[in-house]
Amino acid sequence: MDKTLKLGTSSTAKRRVQRLGYGLMTLAALVTVLPIVLIVVHIYSQGLPAISWEFLTAFPSDGMRAGGILPALVGTIWLTIGTAIVSVPLGIGAAVYLAEYAADNRWTRAIRIAIINLAGIPSVVYGLFGLGLFVLFLQFGTSIIAGSLTLAIMTLPVIISTTEEALRAVPNSFRVVSISLGGTQWQTIRRIVLPQALPGMLTGVILGLERAAGETAPILFTVAAFFLPRLPSSIFDSTMALPYHLFVISTQVPGMPVKIQYGTAVVLLSFVLGMNIIATIIRSRARARRQW
Amino acid sequence: MRPIGWSEVIITALIKVAGYSAIIFVTLIFTFLLREGAPTLFEVPLEALAQTRWYPIEDYYGILPLIGGSLIVTFGAALFAVPLGIATAVYIAEIAPRWAREILKPLVEILGGLPSVMLGFIGILIIVPFVREALDIPTGLTAFTGALILGGMAIPTIVSVSEDALDAVPKTYRDASLAMGATPWQTIWRVTLPAARSGVLTGVMLGVGRAIGETMTVMMVTGNAPVLPTGLRSLFSPVRTMTATIAAEMGEVANGSVHYHVLFFIGIVLFLISLIVNLTAASVVFKQRKRSERILS
Repeated sequence: MDKTLKLGTSSTAKRRVQRLGYGLMTLAALVTVLPIVLIVVHIYSQGLPAISWEFLTAFPSDGMRAGGILPALVGTIWLTIGTAIVSVPLGIGAAVYLAEYAADNRWTRAIRIAIINLAGIPSVVYGLFGLGLFVLFLQFGTSIIAGSLTLAIMTLPVIISTTEEALRAVPNSFRVVSISLGGTQWQTIRRIVLPQALPGMLTGVILGLERAAGETAPILFTVAAFFLPRLPSSIFDSTMALPYHLFVISTQVPGMPVKIQYGTAVVLLSFVLGMNIIATIIRSRARARRQW
Repeated sequence: MRPIGWSEVIITALIKVAGYSAIIFVTLIFTFLLREGAPTLFEVPLEALAQTRWYPIEDYYGILPLIGGSLIVTFGAALFAVPLGIATAVYIAEIAPRWAREILKPLVEILGGLPSVMLGFIGILIIVPFVREALDIPTGLTAFTGALILGGMAIPTIVSVSEDALDAVPKTYRDASLAMGATPWQTIWRVTLPAARSGVLTGVMLGVGRAIGETMTVMMVTGNAPVLPTGLRSLFSPVRTMTATIAAEMGEVANGSVHYHVLFFIGIVLFLISLIVNLTAASVVFKQRKRSERILS
């Protein structure tokens, strides 16, 4: 780069601007990521001491100021599973349609616009929608099923777009070979395309569910309970949930011990980070093993 | 080709239904928001909604302070999320050595995945007291505090969309610029970034759009005082956003009451805002695709 022609500005000035520009961009990147690292490290360093077997397996007591977080943890696991049961088949189905069947016409464009809009609707509006449709209109009450359905619809765009991307990455020659050997379109998709796209799809599904697991606003009016002395026994029960519990104990309960707050934050963070790490590992292993 | 059996017909139909589900859901969401929110228009005159006093207990339903609250927090968030986000994307896409990119990308992804309630929790414990002491103001629960955290939450969207846009700029553009004697920085600033500008703009819109809709963090750190912001100074006093109002009050209202309908009405306003932002972003994306198709054909 030093031997460039000197056009216009002198080369020392150019070099100074170059260094300044690069320096600023690097600084910006640091300013962006440093707080993330600090937050994660801070939460773990403050919260890990609170984690014990008892903390994970006991009910809250003394108005949340003591005891554990079992019902919230169990609730979040149920909600995540419920969300997955609805959003994974629906999302994969939609992605298969878009990647394998849909013609490039006005309707397909309408679907894409609808997906973009679903992705942008504020989470609290999903909560209102879930309240209006599932809790009141369909009379599910504040229940796991109402919360899961709400979260599932919210998660759908993430799952659809990542899955579609994974399906499109499978080379077309795979499909051509299968069809030419007499396979039907569905056989081709099921035996050839889906297995090849599986890692990419899994990554998308996990990232979508990760978001669902951490959301609070959509479950506020559809499922979340302030405190319940028992675990949910059916999908029509309301339940405590980790994110809502963290909200409650950090804003609604006076005199809350900081240790329990951080402990709860660590469990929530681990839940989310754990899913994130699994998704990253699946992706990088698939990338390394890919033969095309 | 084998004869297509019944199961294939059924599965194909199911897949098609799934394909159209997104349209069905957007329609359902709008329908149910309207169903619960539209009665507002018969119960509260529009002049009363366009007032500056939000005090539902005494039937004051002026939503201007809430809209103002959302706008000022979002504006504050955009103020530093946009430059930081774009600069980070430029660094990752154009400058960073491979190893740095491998570290930065997952970190930014993690930021995108952090639950908003957890950032609110960190906000209450660390950022709120910090803002109060650093700025020497009576309370740290301000629009500025919310903007600070919301900005962070908007950054991952801005970074990932902008980065894709920068990656999509043909290498030949850069090569041509460098061959003409431009420095790498001049190439980024005058060639690559302008070439990627519609994608970068989309990222900014989507990121800022996300900030308007954020709920938990804002509710936890902005103080929740429904006061109409009157200028930049309002950044440093408590505000109440539309999202926080819904989240904080919906749990306490009777179903079917005026207050309940008004909260759904605010939901409709939020829905329409996100619709406009996303339709605009989508039209940019589609237009871009058309242009590239035209060039390639």
